[in-house]
Amino acid sequence: MDFTLILFYVFGAVLLGSAMLVVLVRNPVHAALFLVLAFVTAAALWLLLYAEFLAITLVLVYVGAVMVLFLFVVMMLDINIDLLREGFWRNAPLAALVGLLMAFEMVALLLRGSKGAAAATGAPPAGYSNTKALGSVLYTDYVFPFELAAVILLVAIIAAIALTLRQRKETKYQDPGTQLSARPSERLRIVKGMGTGSSQSVGGQTSSTIEQKSVPGSGQ
Amino acid sequence: MIPLAYSLVLGALLFAIGVVGIFLNRRNLIILLMAIELMLLAVNMNFIAFSHHLRDLDGQVFVFFILTVAAAESAIGLAILVVLFRNRSNINVDELDDLKG
Repeated sequence: MDFTLILFYVFGAVLLGSAMLVVLVRNPVHAALFLVLAFVTAAALWLLLYAEFLAITLVLVYVGAVMVLFLFVVMMLDINIDLLREGFWRNAPLAALVGLLMAFEMVALLLRGSKGAAAATGAPPAGYSNTKALGSVLYTDYVFPFELAAVILLVAIIAAIALTLRQRKETKYQDPGTQLSARPSERLRIVKGMGTGSSQSVGGQTSSTIEQKSVPGSGQ
Repeated sequence: MIPLAYSLVLGALLFAIGVVGIFLNRRNLIILLMAIELMLLAVNMNFIAFSHHLRDLDGQVFVFFILTVAAAESAIGLAILVVLFRNRSNINVDELDDLKG
């Protein structure tokens, strides 16, 4: 048993243990942190399988972005854990039955067929760059799916913003378009004075009175 | 050197844990999303193992796309979760029966 296989066993045990804790632990924050551990361990396993680029992508995208998003949401929501845990162990026998059956079936099939196909593949040749090879495939054969992936991410951005954007009705804000399109004639009305007597004039301003109109475009 | 079947068994066990998590945490939407992430990780593990053993990069390209779609899915799912909590003040799945399904 060489060192790589020992590492595989250790990382596999950590991965399965942390995955179990994700679904069993009571506190959602702890569950998110165990999921981070599971992703990091999976990235280490992918490094053992010589998928370097995807291992780093898993750490950057999942641990760095998605799990932080999970933690934000978990901490933002004030959820009642007791209510959600109610009936947790009532489903446990069925869950264990289904899970064990699924695991048994898949493992039995895989181990039965592994007798002939157990020949392990070794390391790639020296000077081989996983990132370079993946990039050259991604930008030639898979360039159209690659752009579709970009569109999917754009849709995700727009959908997340559109779902959570909240317009407050009571907020007062200015409308710059209305303000800029206002004419002076809408704001000021010059009324020609009727009076001619000089006794009524104060500073010569009586003949024309300036009235301030109510100003549209502000305080909507 | 890791035999192919070992990686596939690991993926299968991880997938089974994800399914068990969906059964157990039927009411908690956050843990449900995490269990879905676990199942996607199991699928990715299978793709990586096959890609390594068949010396074919297409499996890794597929994992790349699965990661993209999974990130979009969890972002939208969490946004829906936030809106749901804002409207109902809890995230209990049992109370989401407005459509009478």
